[in-house]
Amino acid sequence: MSQPHYHPLWELILCRIRVFYRQPEAVFWTYGFPLVMITALGLAFREESKETILVDVVGPQAEAFEARLSKDSRYKVKRPAANDWKKRLQTGKTNLVVETGEAASEKPRFWFEPHRAESVLAREAVENAILRSALPNEASDFAESHLEEVGSRYIDFLLPGMIGMNLMGGGMWGIGFVVVDMRVRKLLKRLQATPMRRSDFLFSLMLVRLLFAVFDMGFLTVFGHYAFGVECRGSLLDLALVMLVGGASFAGIGLLIACRAQTTETISGLMNLVMLPMWIASGVFFSSERFPEVMQPIIQALPLTALNNALRGVMLDGDSLVALWKPLLLLVVWGAASFTIALRAFRWK
Amino acid sequence: MSFAIRCRQLVKRYDGRPPVEAVRGVDLEVRSGECFGLLGPNGAGKTTTMEILEGLLAATSAELMEVLSLSWGRDDMAIRRRIGISLQETRLTDKLTVLETVILFRSFYSHGLEPADAIRRVSLDDKQGALVEKLSGGQRQRLAVACAIIGDPELLFLDEPTTGLDPHSRRELWDIVREFRSSGRTILLTTHYMDEAERLCDRVAVIDQGQVIALGTPVELIARLGGQHIVDFSLTDNGHPLTDDELRSVPSVQTVRREDKAFSLAVGEPHVALPALMNHLQQSGREFATLTTRHATLEDVFVTLTGRHLRDAGESA
Repeated sequence: MSQPHYHPLWELILCRIRVFYRQPEAVFWTYGFPLVMITALGLAFREESKETILVDVVGPQAEAFEARLSKDSRYKVKRPAANDWKKRLQTGKTNLVVETGEAASEKPRFWFEPHRAESVLAREAVENAILRSALPNEASDFAESHLEEVGSRYIDFLLPGMIGMNLMGGGMWGIGFVVVDMRVRKLLKRLQATPMRRSDFLFSLMLVRLLFAVFDMGFLTVFGHYAFGVECRGSLLDLALVMLVGGASFAGIGLLIACRAQTTETISGLMNLVMLPMWIASGVFFSSERFPEVMQPIIQALPLTALNNALRGVMLDGDSLVALWKPLLLLVVWGAASFTIALRAFRWK
Repeated sequence: MSFAIRCRQLVKRYDGRPPVEAVRGVDLEVRSGECFGLLGPNGAGKTTTMEILEGLLAATSAELMEVLSLSWGRDDMAIRRRIGISLQETRLTDKLTVLETVILFRSFYSHGLEPADAIRRVSLDDKQGALVEKLSGGQRQRLAVACAIIGDPELLFLDEPTTGLDPHSRRELWDIVREFRSSGRTILLTTHYMDEAERLCDRVAVIDQGQVIALGTPVELIARLGGQHIVDFSLTDNGHPLTDDELRSVPSVQTVRREDKAFSLAVGEPHVALPALMNHLQQSGREFATLTTRHATLEDVFVTLTGRHLRDAGESA
């Protein structure tokens, strides 16, 4: 009877896939969680298509002043109780408080918060309105048209960031945590005692990670498209390649932090140490350029910053891979260096 | 005679303050086709010795170390293809089934058993499709053995194969080991159960504090006590204390051991020793509180050699 032939690389891959789909919580954290997050953030930060200016009016002439402003539908005017208005301004419930005087001719006093853009804008707008009503003939009306282009909304900015974050998390959990868990179980040691080729083992981890990355990312991209109309301006092939490079790079980093860790507590700590700064600094939720200039060289050198820049380059600006050579090279260097060090330092037990 | 394992002056030292010598010059010769046991308390250096022989740990020094006439460091792959290993504690992947686990291990060997055959040999046929997490302790241990024999090894290493198992599961495991041995293969196992070593092993090395303190067949080792039988007794509190010399003068008594108020005598012929002992006590006005006789075991060998029991020797070390 001829024996069926079992190929070790194939069997290792099969086993990892089976373990994954038999853990519903892993499936949720991989597929469900990013969707929940994108949906929640997409809704919270969806752009108000109508401009609104929140103004409180207080003082003896409040009623008359409100009547003047209310002609323009952009203003949402309130007349709060006497002592309430300061608190409302402090907590951002209103953008501007207009304190009117005894007589209609008396000039009103503006209370605003100079560090808040909305507050400053409200001040300008109300000033403008007063001016217009005082000099109706001097003010000219301009024709308006609006730029509401897909690609400039917050969700368009957010989705590539979420994809980058997910690729990072996948590398940390899918490689880092899995390897340490196997080490804690002494499974790595048991495998080391067989004639299994080390390269088969590491290769299987990497291939499964990339396979899952393709699914995750495809899923996120399609969801973003149908739920929020997020488009990819560059070629989808380029996008897929950027994702693969990013996925492989973070797989290498995951392997690096896992190469010595002896407990799952250690690896959890290391994962947070790696991921937390990048969640904040690498432009997932807001642009990394908001950080001070002195920090930029470091922030721009982080792998997640590079990945997010490359993803946004393809999705938002339609850049080609050639144009994105810098972040891509950075990712390759991170991945290759991590992988090389990890292989040398790797402990099987 | 061909040897499956030979090592001389095997030493393993762990650096630290102070440095710890887990293995302090162990000599072993395991013959092809025998079941050889390393018997000793926890912390005696059994597992360290085993893992060095399995190629999982590097020895600090060794005059000679051959596994299947090959050497670690030179023929690693060749050795790994021909040995099977069950570690003291491996938690195999919970979310894989028995069959999937065995197939995975099978895929690492170019030749070996059919996965279904290996599973049958450890009597897990009806659990083939069960996830590892659903298995009992004994079933998991049998699965570990199935993974160890899947490559059809010439030499099988079993580290504490029955620790923590119930009596029924232990006996099932012993049957698997005996069957494997009867096919002419070699087994090296560690245990801290003397009965396991006695029943399963052709030869036993008693290990304590990193050294082999006795070597031979279980029967030989017990015979070396001088007596095959043990008389355990204790006395009531009245009457003056009993000295060891008094007991040695009783005919057929070979060795005397005492722990608190309990005495253990190794005797050659209980039918000679017992009446004499009773006589002596009666004449000196003492009374038995308890009295039992039994066959000597490897436990008695260990206690006689070290003054400690196998069970608690580990804690004091």
